[in-house]
Amino acid sequence: MARRTKKTLEFKDVGTGSGPLLVVDDLHTAFRTGRGTVRAVDGVSFEVEEGKTLGIVGESGSGKTVLSRSIMGLLPPRDVVRSGTVHFGGHELTAMDESQLREVWGAELSMIFQDPMTALNPVKRIGVQIAESLALHMGMDKKESRSTAVELLRSVGIPSPEERVRWYPFQLSGGMRQRVMIAIALACAPRLVLADEPTTGLDVTVQAQILDLLADLQRERHMAVILVTHDLGVVATRADDIIVMYAGKIVERAPTRTLFNDTKMPYTRALMDSIPRLSDPSGARLDAIAGRPPDLVNPPTGCRFAPRCQYAQDKCRQSEPPLRTVGSPDHLFACWYPLVDGVSTAPAVAVTVGPTNNPTAGSPSAAAPSTGENDG
Amino acid sequence: MGKYLLRRLLQLVVVSFVISVLAFLLVHLLPGDPTTTILGPNDTAANRAILMKQLGLDLPLWQQYLTWLGAIFQGNFGNSYLNHQSVTHILATGAPVDFELILISQTIAFSVAVPLALVTSRKPNRPLDNVSTTSTFGLLALPPFVVAPILVAVFAVGLGWFPATGYTPFTQSPATNIHQMILPSVAITAGSIAVYYRLLRSDLISTLQQDFITMARSKGLSSRRIMWRHAFRPSSFSLLAAAGINIGALIAGTFVVELLFAMPGIGYALVQAVEQRDYLVVQGIALVVAIAYVIIQFIIDFIFTIVDPRVVRE
Repeated sequence: MARRTKKTLEFKDVGTGSGPLLVVDDLHTAFRTGRGTVRAVDGVSFEVEEGKTLGIVGESGSGKTVLSRSIMGLLPPRDVVRSGTVHFGGHELTAMDESQLREVWGAELSMIFQDPMTALNPVKRIGVQIAESLALHMGMDKKESRSTAVELLRSVGIPSPEERVRWYPFQLSGGMRQRVMIAIALACAPRLVLADEPTTGLDVTVQAQILDLLADLQRERHMAVILVTHDLGVVATRADDIIVMYAGKIVERAPTRTLFNDTKMPYTRALMDSIPRLSDPSGARLDAIAGRPPDLVNPPTGCRFAPRCQYAQDKCRQSEPPLRTVGSPDHLFACWYPLVDGVSTAPAVAVTVGPTNNPTAGSPSAAAPSTGENDG
Repeated sequence: MGKYLLRRLLQLVVVSFVISVLAFLLVHLLPGDPTTTILGPNDTAANRAILMKQLGLDLPLWQQYLTWLGAIFQGNFGNSYLNHQSVTHILATGAPVDFELILISQTIAFSVAVPLALVTSRKPNRPLDNVSTTSTFGLLALPPFVVAPILVAVFAVGLGWFPATGYTPFTQSPATNIHQMILPSVAITAGSIAVYYRLLRSDLISTLQQDFITMARSKGLSSRRIMWRHAFRPSSFSLLAAAGINIGALIAGTFVVELLFAMPGIGYALVQAVEQRDYLVVQGIALVVAIAYVIIQFIIDFIFTIVDPRVVRE
């Protein structure tokens, strides 16, 4: 498909190797609710290079979905407080008003939503839903946008796209709908795609297909992708770097290989242990993380994971660990007693094992085997 | 879609048949009989029997029904027992009045309610929304027989912009007709505006919370396009259903306005006929009104197939 000149901002000249594509600096996002202010994203900073894949992992309520919406600026109009900056292709998104953002949205920065059952308009033909972005950002006329929509459907692996282009979402399966959503997100060849739990609503067999498709298209088009998920397994083989979020903060950030080989943060370790393995003996107990993430209206003092951490010490409960490095500069973590070769450096580990000293913990069997169900 | 509509059409035929039986029986279930109406209460039993025979009322019910229905298929609904006007004539002069009243009042209702809902639902509980929600709540509490005298007092008697009463057929003088139609139409439009506005507003507010609206925003579409192209259609289902019921209820349900503005509609004719036990007139009007109702529901069903493609398959 020929890439056409977009009717968007001055983005054409951006991204010629001058710095990272996306720079998020000390981003905070809070919601005013009746119970108080929910600090869903609480001081997050990171960068994404052109063409790279960043995985953002965390359980339900860790703030990862809000983070992705906040990066885009796609937040509800009221009762939201956002601070910090987001630079995209050299432009400060956080300084733009909505009419300026609309020129970036869909054109250079687009989003794949979690649930393909609800994220497509149920009463509009899928072809129309693809074509409207093309008409808006690429200035295509009706005929051209229609034929491009067909090509896009073909490129995301939808059989007989000439016919399907006239179908409605309810006539397609979940996997097909997610393919349509990818086609919509990629229609105008954006530089960065935010994929928010793109496979959570799908059957396991379809999940891999969709992720592979996304990876192929990413390579072809040299896009950067932020893959938001609760499932470390999803990002393990696909992300260049991984950010682990907990209670609105980054708790560990590293290149994927480093994160898996040299896990520093007990929370990351716990996430890994909660993935069921085929090699485990039948009937083996799954190491679920006891308890639930903290209430973001009144987060605990000290390390936010301390109430659920089996290695937590008094220091952890009193002062918050900064995001820091030891040795390798691209491996950041927030823990007073980081793991070394899988073993905690905290003193008196053996005494504090288990959920007995854990005020917010429910029974371990009540916690989900994975890190959580679909969060919004 | 053709199959779906065909099934609906078949249902329509069955329902119409049932209605015709009910309309026919209904009148026979009422106390009193037409001979009393025609001859007065003091005539002899023998005279009544003769008249019964002349009118065919001595025959078994099923025969009377078939005779009645057979004549209707030839366009003959019979004549009024009282003034000997043909029922067909009463319907032909009355129906346009009701049709016009409904058409004008509903056009006003939609053109006020829809834009208002689209504007206010974007920012619920802001001043504009609060004012419209409260004032439509007020409209809902005002029945036509309250609105109509106020309108007459202000716009006919006070300002003299419109006539207080009277009806001229459209075919005779379109300008005069429209001029006379405005006040009565507005009088019945108030309730419709309130219902349509409130339904559409609350459905829009919940639609705007949907993922596909956030998705549409993330494409960079303008708010106006999102409201009209993405939010309006999926929010219009209850509006459409309510419009069907409301319009149905307005057929022959406008007799209060017809009475107040002295317009010869079928609603008024029906009430009169019931009062005077003018059986054939009641039967004829009831049948036509009920069938019109069924046809309107059919049209609404048809619009549903356009607005929501899912109904056809489900």
